[in-house]
Order: sequence, then structure tokens, then C-alpha cells
Amino acid sequence: MADTSTPRIELLGVSKSFPGVRALENVELRLNAGEVHALLGENGAGKSTLIKIMTGAVPRDAGEIRLDGRPVQIGTTADARALGISTVYQEVNLIPTMTVTKNLTLERQPRRFGLISWRRARALARQRLKRLNLEIDTEKPLGSYSVAIQQLVAIARALEDDTRVLVLDEPTASLDATETELLFQIVRDLKASGIAIVFITHFLDQVYQIADRISVLRNGRLVGTGPTAELPRLKLISLMLGRELGTVEAHLASHASLASGEPVLAAKGLGRRRTMAPFDLSLRAGEVVGLAGLLGSGRTETAKLLFGAIRPDSGELVLDGKPVPHNSPRQSLRSGVAFCPEDRKAEGLLGELSVRENIMLALQTKRGWLRRLGRDEQKRLAQEMIKALAIATPDAEKPVGQLSGGNQQKVVLARSLASQPKVLILDEPTRGIDVGAHADVVRLIRRLCSEGLALLVASSELDELVAVSDRVAVLRDRRKVGEMAGADITRENIIRTIAGR
Amino acid sequence: MYKTFAAVFLGVSLAASGASAVTIGFSQVGDEGDWRPAFSKDMQEEAKKMGIDLKFADAQGKQEDQLKAVRAFIAQRVDAIVIAPVVVTGWDQVLKEAKRANIPVFLADRDVDVTDKSLYVTRISADFSLEGKLAGAWLAQASKGTCDVVELQGTVGSAPAIERKKGFEAVLSQFPGMKIVKTQSGDFTTEGGKKVMEAFIKATDNLKGICASFAHNDNMQLGAIQAMKEAGLKPGKDVLMVSVDYVPAMKAALAKGEANASVELRSAIGKYIYPVVTDYLKNPKELPKWIVIPSDLHVAAGN
Amino acid sequence: MTAPLPPSFSGRLRELTSHRATWPLLALAVILVVDGFVAPGFFTIRIVEGRLFGSLIDILYRAVPTALVALGMAVVIGTKGIDLSVGSIIAVVGATIAWRIQEGDPHFVILLTALGVGLLCGLWNGFLVAVLDIQPIIATLILMVSGRGIGLMINLIYGGTNPSFTSPLLQGLSVGSIGLVPTRLIVFAAVFVALWLLIRRTALGLFVEAVGGNAAAADLAGVRSRLIKYSAYLISGLCAGWAGVILTADTHTSDPVSVALYIELDAILAVVIGGGSLAGGRIYLGMTVLGALVIQTLTTSILMSGLPPEYNLLVKAVVVLFVLLLQSNNARNAVLALVRRRKR
Repeated sequence: MADTSTPRIELLGVSKSFPGVRALENVELRLNAGEVHALLGENGAGKSTLIKIMTGAVPRDAGEIRLDGRPVQIGTTADARALGISTVYQEVNLIPTMTVTKNLTLERQPRRFGLISWRRARALARQRLKRLNLEIDTEKPLGSYSVAIQQLVAIARALEDDTRVLVLDEPTASLDATETELLFQIVRDLKASGIAIVFITHFLDQVYQIADRISVLRNGRLVGTGPTAELPRLKLISLMLGRELGTVEAHLASHASLASGEPVLAAKGLGRRRTMAPFDLSLRAGEVVGLAGLLGSGRTETAKLLFGAIRPDSGELVLDGKPVPHNSPRQSLRSGVAFCPEDRKAEGLLGELSVRENIMLALQTKRGWLRRLGRDEQKRLAQEMIKALAIATPDAEKPVGQLSGGNQQKVVLARSLASQPKVLILDEPTRGIDVGAHADVVRLIRRLCSEGLALLVASSELDELVAVSDRVAVLRDRRKVGEMAGADITRENIIRTIAGR
Repeated sequence: MYKTFAAVFLGVSLAASGASAVTIGFSQVGDEGDWRPAFSKDMQEEAKKMGIDLKFADAQGKQEDQLKAVRAFIAQRVDAIVIAPVVVTGWDQVLKEAKRANIPVFLADRDVDVTDKSLYVTRISADFSLEGKLAGAWLAQASKGTCDVVELQGTVGSAPAIERKKGFEAVLSQFPGMKIVKTQSGDFTTEGGKKVMEAFIKATDNLKGICASFAHNDNMQLGAIQAMKEAGLKPGKDVLMVSVDYVPAMKAALAKGEANASVELRSAIGKYIYPVVTDYLKNPKELPKWIVIPSDLHVAAGN
Repeated sequence: MTAPLPPSFSGRLRELTSHRATWPLLALAVILVVDGFVAPGFFTIRIVEGRLFGSLIDILYRAVPTALVALGMAVVIGTKGIDLSVGSIIAVVGATIAWRIQEGDPHFVILLTALGVGLLCGLWNGFLVAVLDIQPIIATLILMVSGRGIGLMINLIYGGTNPSFTSPLLQGLSVGSIGLVPTRLIVFAAVFVALWLLIRRTALGLFVEAVGGNAAAADLAGVRSRLIKYSAYLISGLCAGWAGVILTADTHTSDPVSVALYIELDAILAVVIGGGSLAGGRIYLGMTVLGALVIQTLTTSILMSGLPPEYNLLVKAVVVLFVLLLQSNNARNAVLALVRRRKR
């Protein structure tokens, strides 16, 4: 079907490098007129770079873009819009305090005698909304409408009369089921009018609901493309997560600890509305529990609920057999539960402070503000961690913001280790670090476990989970959907559970 | 032009007054500082004493409130309006309205800037420059015309600071032996006066050769007195102390001999304003555009 | 290898130029040298009335209120906050002192009351910022605007307008001296040491810097960021309260309208000259005091210079700009580049 006619837009051999990262390598993408094309991939697979190249937001290093068969130059976003390529970004970049009319005519207001003609602006706004069959009061502030309506207004703004390609980046991320259906109805209408639509999402159900074809990116390469009907769920997920990644380290974990011992930390029906459905999970001393699931499946939320960084509204948390009534990060640390966040920039690093201060922080909060760690003790601790995790820094007094990303990650990990926990929760411990460091971290996890620590490792890397875990809990759509242990922990099993087949 | 206006007004005003009490609208700036509330209070008490029906409006420092108040007075057809203006500009329109209604306007305290001076009858206020002159004259007398003076200025650019300095310097220019050797702004505050005097003490080797300190207000002078005492000097004896305001704390300092003279800035000025207004209502004739309220000099008991 | 200077020297020079105390100290030295030329006897220190006396002592002496306020400000700025209300806190404290003296309270009770009022103001600011999550600049603006009015209302309680008073205790603390040394310097030293111990010998400083650097990360590391923010405003209120005691006793009067006017700006400036960033995350107590000294030296110099007072603010602004430019790496490098190009 794709080859019978000229595609609406073609990206051929597109490559892009950022300093130190190969973001895209020789990627091809073909979109036909009147199709919805799902672009899938885990975080960092290259989806956003690809659409940014398509819409002129970043220049490409190599490759060609053809629109209706003719090569085109897209240097700026204005070029892209002039060619009829429009984008609706994930974060609605409209201004909630302004009226719908103002939002819809922000870029070019109709003018009369050099002044803005608000009468014509209103007419234009209504006309734009009419294309989406949307009838709302355009004089109310945008923020007074639901997120779904705001999303539709964003689409209305992106659509021009001559729009040929429309990119929707995670349009349903904050919509509920009925709102999503409303959006899809409009997407189908637009499709019928001949527009090629790129649809980016991490909700696989929605892909099967609306997409005609699918392309999957992984590590900057196109790893699969084809009609939706020919890509069943299982195949899709294994494409996304990667099958041919390295040699899978043999699953060597000793399962002696499995049956014995009381849980150190246990969640009973723990959950929070709109965040994570109630779940049971227990961690025993000396075992590693993996937390698997796709992006947005609730891995981070589960970790944070266990750590007390998200307040649950149902269920309870039991530590050493005693229920914890009002949990908080501070209380968790004090009772020996440490957490290493995924987003190190936003939630981990204190960039102005030194490596030493970053490492000692959690231990210090555990001790309380009055019992300050002595200077020598701090230095010893920092040196110990720098050595144990092979953190590359000239000295412990260097501001952590000046270290490389991988070393920053290690510093945040070092902080949680330095608090001498008996339970350690690691959210994506190997995100953004190189292969060598990756091995260091995996080895460290195994060592800590053998020293009697209970570990929870949330990761998007299945190989890593298979390699280190004694048990694996599988999440899908913010719900725990399965748990496996010992020899059952295989890549295929996990993928099958994620897919729900 | 002015005469015609006066003649027309004569008839109307005679008809309007008759036996009933005089009604005066007074638009006050606000109630900032110590002086102004005392001024407002005196205006009200003095009106009661004189049997004047006073309509008092506080503009809270906003000219738009003041314009509103004046228009209300016009609507109420008061006999006369007294304005203590918030700012000098923006008065032409409303004063024309008052003139059209044949209501004479008097200014108290500050001046206004209007193109047609006939829009108001007169301004009744103290003369800052006269206060400076009085202080200077006293000092010339006390020092027998030979004196190096340090000066504590008020807030830079404010009318009292500019005018008091001018008046003081005008007197000094008459005496070759008198000159200002140091001058700085103490921002009209005790704290400022003290800081500045401390610096003067250091800069002049303990006020060596300095015969007097002139401060644009008492608060700064009181600060200066403290600074001098802390430096082991005897204000009022080693150095002549003369300032403006005559606040209660200055009265005490004068009594103790730590200051020598202070020019009173009157707040009880109703007794100067009302007679001008009522006389004019009875007998409207052209008045000088500025009627100066006399300033009194108070000296220490020993002087 | 042909470099005329041994590498250790240039290395040390680089270390020196990058040390954060170098440039403010240099600025201070320049201002003092200029003073030495302008005002003869500027550096003379004598003994008058049984205590040290001279311009240098004046600078230290007059810098105390600003430095006190700046210390509290440094902690608040460390949390990525700001306290605009310090001047108003001083006004409220001053009015309270004058009132209670009028009422005849024992003077040491008045001292405690005054500090308590400062603490109370800090409690209010902390409540708005840490509990209600109002942006610090807005939250402290409320007290900044209303504080002086509250001071006037306190004056009205007993009908005092510009009340003057004497109190051997309070004036002893403010303008008295112990031996040769002014008491306020001794007390300031004590406050500084106490605050330094609190910030650097407990973990409070680290927690403040963590909260200011990245509040989300600090929370996840177990820091109770609300409590930390709260304590910063309390410290600031207490420091301002003490400055209020000194200033009120200094002038023997309560003048809520104009006492310590714009002291918050001087305090913020002191923190910034001391290398603090308004983006938060760092506290430099010693450097902040140095910043306050630079500002006061400048103020005293202007007063002594004999320059017409119309130029006071302009001169101050120009010198402050100069100090900040000295501190800016970018500005220094730009000037260096320019000089090198000229040489060629």
C-alpha cells in the first residue's frame, strides 16, 4: 500500500549527532496521505529528535526529506509550517490565562489599519475550531476548559488550510478514556481529509485503536516498520525493548533466600488514585526485586510510594513487621530505606554543592541536623564512595554540577548508599551511564544484595532486570499485572506479561 | 480681569452669607508625619472656636481624591475652599470650575503651579526660606559675625531643604566671617543626623574650629547632639546648635543647654488661615498671592 | 618553558584571583586608599571618652546593623528566598521598645520583648513562605509595606510621636563600650560566631543550601525543606530584631517611618558582594560581613568626602557597579582581552 503511490512525506537516511550521542542513524520514515502512523520507542530512542528534524526545530546532519515526491529544505520551523507540516507538542504550549481567540491567533493577528482587529480574530478563531467541529465560547480564557479541549485548541492552532502533515506528540498523555475517544474522532476526520498524521504515544492500546502503520525506533535506529495488523503486541514490545542487545548475562542469582525470611518492607494494597493502582509487594533481606514495565507504566510511582515520596491514599506499608502510618522520605531514611531517583537533574543533584556534600546529605538527614558529621568523617565517606563507585572527579570538593552525567548518576547513587540502608530502591540506576559504569553498578547491586540488603530495581532495561533480579514485578498502565521468580525470569516472560498475553 | 471677577463675586457672596455661619471646605493632603496630623487637628479645633462650619476631607496623599473632594465642595456650594495640595501641578481645570461657581480658593502650606494666578485668592503658609534666614540671623548675632558652620541638610531635592538652605546662605553672605565648611544630607532623620555628624567630627578633627551646627530639622540635630556627646564634645557649649521645627525633644534639649536655638514650624496655623478667609468673604479685595505665617525663634534659657 | 614567571607563581596567582574573597577585599582596599588621600587622619585611631575613636572604628561601628541584617538575609537567600521586610521589622521593634519603656517595663524584659518581636515577624514571613507557599518576594513584601504602619500604630497606643528615651541597658549595648571596644562590635562578634556555629557546626547550613539548590532533591534526600525555610526566616527576623535594638537605642528614639530605610537593599547587596547568588544554594557568612563592610566604608567615605550630597547615591551606585564588575569573571576577561588587543 505504501509503495503504490507517492508518499506524502519521506525521510531518507536521516542522521543526527549531538555532542557525545548518536541520536539518529540512517533512519527512514514514510508517511502516506490519509494515514495515522504511530512512532514508537522507549525514552531516548530518537522519536523527538526525528520529529524535530521533520519540523525544522533541529537541523539534520545527513539525509533527505521529500514532500509529495519533491526534495524540500526545512531549515526552520517557519519553513516547515510554510510547507504544511504542523506539530502539536506534548506540553500544550498555549497560554491558559489568555482567551481561546488570542491563543488561536497568537502568531498572526488579523490587522486593520495596522491595529489588531479582534472582530476578525474572533471569526478566524471560530472558523479554525469549526474544522474540528468544536463549538466553544472563544472569549473565555483557555484555562477554564478541560485539558482535552485545550489539546483540541492546540490542534486547531496547528492546523492550517494547507496542512499536509500533522505531528501529534503524546496528545493523550493527560486525557481520560472519553476525552481520548473525542480526540480520536477528530484524528479520524483529519485523516479522511488526506492529512498524514504522526502519532507518538506510549499507550499501546491506543496504537492498535487508531494507527494504520507503525514504525519503531530504538537507540536512534529504525528497527521495524509495517502495517499495524502485521505487528502483534508481543512482537512490537520486543522490538521496542530490543532483542539482540548484547549477550544476556546468565541468570546466576542464588534463590536460597527466596523462601526464607520475613519481608523487610512490604506494601499491602498500597496505591494512590490516578497514580498507581493498589498493589502488594514485599522485599526480603538479601534479594533483588526487579520492577519491569514500559515507560509510563508506573515504575517510578511504585518506587516513590514505597519510599514515602508519594503519599498513598489506600493500603499500608509495613516495615520490619510494623505498619508505617505517615511515611515521608525523612522517615524512610531514618528507618533504613533509601531511594535513588531516576531524574537526577530534577530530583537528585545539588549542582552547586560539592561531591562530598552531595554524598553525605542523606546520611546527615538520617542523623538529624544537630548531629553533624565531622569534617574528617565526611571526607572519609566521600573518598570511600568515590573509590567504590569509581566516580571520576579530581577531588571530593568539586561542585557536582561540573561532573559528567554518568558520574553525577553515581554520586546520587552514592548518596543513597551512604545512608547505610537496609532497603535500597533504585529507579533506573543505569540510565544515561556508559557501558563500563553500567557493569560497575550491576556488580555493586549484586554485592550489596549478598551483604544482606534488600533491593528494588526499577528499570526499562530488561536484560539488566533479568541479570540481577531474584523476583520481578511487572507493571502495565499503572497497575501491577504479574510477578515472577527464579527461573521464570526471562526476557520473553516479562515481555509477555507486559503485553498481557 | 481680576477686578471683574471680584465685583461679580461680591454680589453673590453677600447674598449667600447672610446670617448663617460660614462654610469652608478643607482638603488636606493626608496624615503623614507628626506635623500634618497636628495641623489637621488644629484646623478642626480652630474652626469650632470661630463658629465656622468646616467640611474636612483627607486625600490620603492622592491627588485624584483631592480633586474629587474639591468638586464635592463645589457641588455643596461651600463659601470658600482651602486646599493643602498633594502636588503642585494639575490644578487648572478644577480651580476653573470653582471660579465658575464663584467659590474663592485659598491654598495652605504648599504652592500650586497654574497659568492663571487669579484662580486662587492667596496662599497662606510658613516661609521655609524665612526659617533659614531666622536661624542664620540668630547665628550671626550669637557668633558676632564670625563662624565656620557645619550644615545637616534635609532630604536632597525636597522643598524645605532647598529653601532653608537658601535662606540661611542669604544671611551668611552678608557676613564675610561666616561660611559653611561641611554640608551633607541627613535625610531629616535622627539616625541620618547622627551618622553625618560622626563623619563631620572625624573629618574636622573633633570639630576643631567649627563654631556652629545648622540642621534643617530638629531630628537631625538631636542625632548630631548624641554623636557629639559620644565624642566627648559639649553641644551647645563647644558648638552652637541651631535648627528648625521646635519639637518636644528639642524643647528638652534647649532646656538642658545642649541646643541653642530652634525655629518653630507652627502646626497651629488655623488662627492665621481662617481670618484671611472670613475677611475676604466679607470684603473681597485683591490680596498678595502669598501671606506668610510668622516663624518664631526659640532660644535656650541661658542665651 | 620560557615563561618569565615560575609556574608555581602564576598558579598561585590564578588561585588568588579565583578566590571569592580577593575581589571584595581589593575593592575595600581601593576605597580605603582613596579615603586616605581625601581625608587626612582617616586611619588615625585615638582614645576618646575611654574608647577607640576614629573613622575606621566608625565604619565597623556603623556597619553592624547592616551586617546583622545581611547575615540573616544570607541564610534566607541561601534557601532561594529573600526577605524584604527587614527594615520594617526594625521599625516595629523600635516602636515596641519606645512603647514598653514608656510603660515602665524592666529594661531586660524590653530587650527580650524586642527580640521576640523580631522572631514573631520571622514567624509570620516563614508562615507565608513555607506553609502557604507564597513566593518569598511577595510574602515578605506584605510585612515590608505594612510594618512601618504597624510601628506608627504602636506609637499611637500611648500617643507618642517621636518619643525619646534613655535606657542604660539598651544604650549600653548599642553605643556603650566595654574597655576600649564598642559593645555593639563585641555583641556582633558573638552573634556572628553563634550563627556560624549554627550554620556550619550543625547540619543546618548544608540543609539550607540543599533546599536552595534543589528543593525537590532535598526533599527526596530526607530534608524537611519547609522547616528549613521556616528557620531561615526566623533567623532573619531575629537578626533584624537585634539590628532594631541597636538602631533604636542609638538614636534614643523610635521613628518608624524612616528608621533603617532601604536597609534591605544594602543587606541584599552585601550578600551579593560577598559572592552569594540570588539563585540560592550557598551561604557565605564571613563574605557577607565583608560585603557589608564594603558598603559601609563607601557610605562613610562619601559622608567624609565633602562631596555635595546630591551625588551620594550616584557615587554609591557607580562604586557598587565597579565592585560587582570586578567580581564578574566575564567582565574581567573582557577587559583583559581588550588590554591585550591594545598591546598588539
